[in-house]
Amino acid sequence: MRHVLSVLVNNEPGVLTRVSGLFSARGFNIESLSVAPVGDGTSSRITMVSHGDSQITEQITKQLNKLIPVIRVVDLTDGPHVERELMLIKVAAERDMRAEIMRIADIFRSRVVDATQVSFIIEVTGGSEKLDACLAMLSPLGVVEMVRTGKVAMSRGEKRT
Amino acid sequence: MKLNGAEIFVQCLQEMNVRVVFGYPGGAILNIYDEIYRAKNLQHILVRHEQGAVHAADGYARVTGEVGVALVTSGPGATNAVTGLATAHMDSVPMVCFSGQVSSSLIGNDAFQEADTVGITRSCTKHNYLVKKVDDLARIIREAFYIARTGRPGPVLIDIPKDILTQKTEHVYRDGRVDIPSYRPTVEGHTGQIRRAVKLLQKAHRPVIYTGGGVILSNAAQELKEFAHALGAPVTNTLMGLGGFPGTDGQFLGMLGMHGTYEANMAVTRCDLLIAIGARFDDRVTGKISEFAPEAEIVHIDIDPTSVSKNVKVDVPIVGDVKHVLGKMIELVGDAAFRKQKPDYTSWWNEIETWRRRECLKFTQDDKVIQPQTVIKTLYEMTHGNAIVVTDVGQHQMWAAQFYAFDRPRRWLTSGGLGTMGYGLPAALGALVAKPDQPIFLISGDGSIQMNIQELGTARQHRLPVKIIILNNSFLGMVRQWQELFYGRRYSETDLSDMAAPDFQKLAEAYGAVGLLAERPDQVESVLRQTMETPGMVIAEFRTNRECNVYPMVPAGAAMSEMILL
Repeated sequence: MRHVLSVLVNNEPGVLTRVSGLFSARGFNIESLSVAPVGDGTSSRITMVSHGDSQITEQITKQLNKLIPVIRVVDLTDGPHVERELMLIKVAAERDMRAEIMRIADIFRSRVVDATQVSFIIEVTGGSEKLDACLAMLSPLGVVEMVRTGKVAMSRGEKRT
Repeated sequence: MKLNGAEIFVQCLQEMNVRVVFGYPGGAILNIYDEIYRAKNLQHILVRHEQGAVHAADGYARVTGEVGVALVTSGPGATNAVTGLATAHMDSVPMVCFSGQVSSSLIGNDAFQEADTVGITRSCTKHNYLVKKVDDLARIIREAFYIARTGRPGPVLIDIPKDILTQKTEHVYRDGRVDIPSYRPTVEGHTGQIRRAVKLLQKAHRPVIYTGGGVILSNAAQELKEFAHALGAPVTNTLMGLGGFPGTDGQFLGMLGMHGTYEANMAVTRCDLLIAIGARFDDRVTGKISEFAPEAEIVHIDIDPTSVSKNVKVDVPIVGDVKHVLGKMIELVGDAAFRKQKPDYTSWWNEIETWRRRECLKFTQDDKVIQPQTVIKTLYEMTHGNAIVVTDVGQHQMWAAQFYAFDRPRRWLTSGGLGTMGYGLPAALGALVAKPDQPIFLISGDGSIQMNIQELGTARQHRLPVKIIILNNSFLGMVRQWQELFYGRRYSETDLSDMAAPDFQKLAEAYGAVGLLAERPDQVESVLRQTMETPGMVIAEFRTNRECNVYPMVPAGAAMSEMILL
């Protein structure tokens, strides 16, 4: 089963290595990972997606909690939550294709963030499926390259993650 | 008061009441050694190899329960310490290891004697630090000691760049108390869970108490005894748990697991309730997981949540300090209502007695060849079970576990989790530094003693009267046993008979020790007596039956009930 873990950690050198090292040392899988400082900058939020049955996930959660700089671990898949990721796509945009690319970008409510005579960079945000769909539409038109962030996620409602 | 990093190091150690440091100097750590030269009330034991320093700090910590301290230099000093750290990590030994590091400006430049020590030791320590500012040093040292000894204990490493040791900062004496918001081990067990556990106890007809090193780490031997006696249930210990429950108690079944007793393994296989206390269901204990305690509901008391339901699914987990939880359980079990409802264990004990009658540890001693078991059994009788016994790893370790009964905790030092050959000698020296007036015996083999044999020099220099018993079968015995049983007797690289060991009597002489030799069974007692009565270091070699096996044995991956018996 797929799990989205939100891990609040002290923002100190080496903390990401401790977290990712734990996964490799214990044979757990990481599908995606994203991290950035939050609040006043003394802590960071790591969002990671992992696969495993409930026993493995329980073990991952406990092992993460055992790391000294880890403040809190929440399995967001336990309840309703919002997941988002961001993708940048560079598309070759010759004169006759430009309108078509713009239309597709529009459908996915994405934005053109860089434009030249021969290329666009399009920024898309949303759930994985939306990003996949957008990419599938643009691929035949000549995608030069693509980058995607890991997922970030937050529980729905007023409760803090 | 403005102090430099090296001075802060000494100040903080005194704050932590550290009296002994085991170490080896080198370039990056010179400033600390310069302070040690001046320091009062701080004993330094110079070892011969950094691995020895860490094992010695480990031995010191295991017999005292205090945090052991090791000090090594950068690069090779730190990499040599790794085996010692991993050993302490697996066995949850409280320890702080300080390593020197090249100056901050050189880090990452492949400087002379540089190693990524924090990277290398991350997975074999409970936590580690690289000190980036001298202002952080005192806080880090205080945190390290706190982390090492609280929760599930373990080694913490502090890597200190050389320039930090000369920089000055304001230093204020503190009482060592720290607060780490992201680190709050659960000490008190959940009351509801404890009640659920006692409810299971109330209806169990065939309970077994299975305890590990956690009982010793938590100083809960007294509580365990009271709990077990109040309940009247049989008790079995893991290798790490020996001494947590009196080895001569009528309720004791012996050790369980791969080389555990027949009665212990059968009792665990047949029990309807398993109460695991401070143990972690290691593969050497469980054998085939699916057939481990198949009829039992399981209660597990442990301070480390990751140990719970890691290998075996547990019915009632209780996360907390063993001493604390057992204290609460004793109250409930001692209650009159509980006693009235508790099932009678007579038929359970009758069943256990039939297993005991198999006498799984029986061996025959003729008058020609010394059986290794005889040496340990005789040592046990001659020391009245009062010695501190340290071992290396292999057959001798298992025989020591089987034939030396420990009635008290912290008198049995062995590398259980990592199984580190070469642990014994330095660990015994660390124990001797802590308990100079106690009889301390190192039981080793002709293979193990040759790993870290350089520490004989440490024993000599510091006048540590270690009594070394070498069971010499001219084999790497445990590996040979596996080759005999599972590899068609192909003794690949395990035969040490052809000049593969030194002349131990001459070696003893070279290190200013007394060397003794027993070759016949009738010499065992007199050689042991001489070992005990000769002052100073003694190396006593016993030439034993070459192809003696450790039994019972559960083959790797087999069920506990599938024991090979002699």
